Parts: sequence; structure tokens; C-alpha cells
Amino acid sequence: MALLEVKDISVYYGVIQALKGISFTVEEGEIVALIGANGAGKTTTMQSIMGLNHPKTGSIYYNGERIDNIPTHKIVKKGMTQVPEGRHVFQELTVYENLIMGAYTVKDKEKIKEDIQEMFKLFPRLEERRNQIAGTLSGGEQQMLAISRALMSHPKLLLLDEPSMGLSPILVDEVFDIIKHIHSEGTTILVVEQNAEKALSIADKAYVLETGNIILSGTGKELKNNDDVKKAYLGG
Amino acid sequence: MSFIVTFLNGLSLGGVYALIALGYTMVYGIAKMLNFAHGDIIMVGGYVLFVFISLTGQPILAIIIAAFLCSLLGISMEKAAYKPLRGASPLAVLITAIGVSYFLQSLAQIIFGAAPKFVIIADLGVITFGELVIPVYSVITLAISILIMIALSLFIKFTKTGRAMIAVSEDKAAAQIMGINVNTIITVTFLIGSFLAAVASVFYLLKAPNISPTFGSKPGIKAFTAAVIGGIGSIPGAMLGGFLLGIVEVFSNSVPAIAPYTDAIEFLILIVILLVRPTGILGKKRREKV
Repeated sequence: MALLEVKDISVYYGVIQALKGISFTVEEGEIVALIGANGAGKTTTMQSIMGLNHPKTGSIYYNGERIDNIPTHKIVKKGMTQVPEGRHVFQELTVYENLIMGAYTVKDKEKIKEDIQEMFKLFPRLEERRNQIAGTLSGGEQQMLAISRALMSHPKLLLLDEPSMGLSPILVDEVFDIIKHIHSEGTTILVVEQNAEKALSIADKAYVLETGNIILSGTGKELKNNDDVKKAYLGG
Repeated sequence: MSFIVTFLNGLSLGGVYALIALGYTMVYGIAKMLNFAHGDIIMVGGYVLFVFISLTGQPILAIIIAAFLCSLLGISMEKAAYKPLRGASPLAVLITAIGVSYFLQSLAQIIFGAAPKFVIIADLGVITFGELVIPVYSVITLAISILIMIALSLFIKFTKTGRAMIAVSEDKAAAQIMGINVNTIITVTFLIGSFLAAVASVFYLLKAPNISPTFGSKPGIKAFTAAVIGGIGSIPGAMLGGFLLGIVEVFSNSVPAIAPYTDAIEFLILIVILLVRPTGILGKKRREKV
């Protein structure tokens, strides 16, 4: 049984159809990438999985349980969370308070403190800035904070929406190293990226999304060597 | 010498405005709507006090019942009228809020009639320091409102629910993916706002002991003005705006030549502040960093 199964979902914004019946699966322990251009429906897909919008048709299963009709906060409690596109850290809260917000579903206060220390080990920059208001961090630091905030809830499945957006090439490498590290610690990952090159290089499995349809799928390597993908997403 | 007393009365009225303004600003910040029926909760609180003081003669008991029933009213109002409109156009929500306001006023008029009722909660008298004659209700009002505001600030800064309120007000979607139930947070917000409105009704009746169905309109509008002056959505802003407006109102009323223009002066301040700082004194523009 797949950890996440998206079955033929269609999503509309008013009369515009953003997703035209897409299906894919994420198996436990995999890194799965969803690549595509602007407006292909990548973020819409992520939001549907998180329950932030509701598909008109189709269904989504997590661990065999249907989740497309339950509210977001209940989905998070089942062990899934998201690093949203554009970080969305809480700008008015400090770094430390942001991490505490990430652990909203964790009851054990001692555990939360330990986890924050873990995060500071993983991201020493955040420890230096622990009492700084998150809105004053640089884009890269905010991305680190958004990732560590998501990890605070101990997700089994982590959704990353455009983690490389707006970052310098060095930071993009750093973010992808971190994703690989998180994966090696046992977290299943679904990543949405415009940076197809990077995403395909770490993915076990990938899907290409174009104007609301999945037009191609395969292993990361297969897609990286696919001529159409090369032409459209990897610059020839 | 009368300056000190006027200032104290201004702070005291400001404290009451601040309590009401907090209700507007918190609901706006978290549910992103203007609850124009907020002032009418003060009116309902007043009638609950009237009924239970008449029945039992126990002001403290009546205050507790009023606080409880107003909180319940706030939650029910949200559940019955506003929750079904989540995601609807802001205009629909606004008009619904005005509808709820008229509904409560009409209901009060049907039950209690249009003529004012008298409610004596307590006769607190005055204290005199030499030439200073200070009304006791002013001191009590100011002290209790400040205590409540401190408690509220600590609650928001240091409790899990309080921080979740900040998170929801700042970024609803991000708050949801933290596992926060936004509906629960909205309920808590209406509960707190309505409780504060009930407290405000006690202070109003201590000052002027009569109540009518439109009792809540004026404090409602004034406190809303205070919230906008301070920066709607901002909690310190509501407190600042409340005190500012209270002081201006009491000083303006103390000068016979300009007393008739008090309301005009207050709304003029609103206009000027909105021209200079459209977000209000402490309201801030969202920064977006990529």
C-alpha cells in the first residue's frame, strides 16, 4: 500500500480547471518529485493533499485512509506536513517561537525543547538568530526556518513546495543536501520544483505536470535523460 | 487641579474603549471580518445586568452571569451567522454583521421596550484628596481595564492558544499546516472579545445607570474608531487608540465651547490619521521577502 495515493483529482478555481484528473503515488521511504512550469498545477496539487483546497472529483488516501474530505489540522495530526511555497514563516514571531508553532501537535514539552536543539544542530544559523523576529531573516534563513518548523511535528511524509525558489545557487545546493539528509533519517518526501535538474537528481520517482495533466512519469534518472524533458525543463 | 481629574476620567473612558476596541481588532485580525454587532453585545450585557440585579439584588452575581452569557452570545453569533459565510465575499459578511446588530437591537426592544431602564450596579461615590474630587468608578474602571489588558497580553504571548491566535492572524494557511484548528481559534477569539464587551457594559452602567436597545451603538462606533486609529488587527494599537480617544473625548467635553463638537473632533482625528498613516498608528504593512 502506498503511503500517499492521489487518485484522479480535479480542482477548479471558479470556472478554471487547475487539475484535470491527475493520479500518482508516493511509497514509504521514497523521494518523489513533481516538476513542471509555472501554472502547471504543482502548488494546487500540494494544497489539495494538505486539505487547503478540495478536489471536485477524485480522492486522496494517506496510509489507506481517505483524507480529501477532512480539515488540514487533522491531516497534520496524521503525520504529514508541508513547507509552503514562499516559506510562510510567521514574520512577527521569533525564530524560537516559530519552531514552537511547528510543534503545535506535540504534547511533550521536554521533547519540544530537545527537538529545537536538534534543529539548531542541523541549522546553526538559526541558533544564532533564535530571538530574532523571523521577518528580518534573509530568504535562505527563512527557508531553513520553514523546513525546521515543519520537521518539529515529526512528519512521516514531508511536502516541500518550491524549496529552491528565490535562493542563490549555493543555497539551493544546501537546501537539497538538507532534503537528502531528512530523507536519510526516514522521512518520505514529496517535492515540487521548477528547478527540474535538482529535483530529478535526488528523486526516486518523478512526475511531469503540464497544464493540469501528468504527461510523463518515471524514475528520476529516466526523466533526466528523456529528450522531451531535456528540451522543456533542462535547457536542451 | 481639575486637569488631573479630567485626565484620570479620560484614561478611564479610554480603558473602556480599549476593551471594546480589542474585541473589534482581534476578530478582525483572526477572522478577517468586522463584527459590527460587537457594540450590541455591550447592550445585551447591560440588559442581563438589569434583569439579574432586579431579580437577585446581587451585583457581583449579575456581573458573572452577564460575562458568561455575553461570551456565549459571541460564540453563538459566530457559529450561527458568520461561520456559514467563511470564504464568502467580505461584503456579505459585513452586511450579515449589520443584520445581527439590528436583530439584537430589535429583540431587546421587543422584550424590554424602547424606554431606558435604570440599573444601579453600585453607588461608588467619590474620594477627595484636598481639592481633588475623584469619582471611584473612574479609578476602578481604569485599574481593572489595565489588569485585563495585561492578562490578555500575557495570554497571547505565553500560551499555546495565544500564540496560535497570532499565527492565524498572520497567516491562516501556514497556521493550518502547523495543525492549528482555525475554527477553534476563531471561537476563542469571539469568546474573549465578547467577554471584554460584557466587562465594558459594567463600566458604562457604573458611570451612567440607564440602558436602552441602542445602548451599544455609540460605544461600538467609538471603539471601532479607536481600533482603526491604533491600526486594526493590532492589539497594542487597539489599546493605544482606546486611551487616545478616551482622553480626547473627556478633555473636549470639559471645555464648554467645544464640548458640542466632541464627536466631530474624534472623527476628524480618525480622518487625519488615516490620511497620514492609512494602516493606523501601529498597524503594519506586510513585508514579503523572497
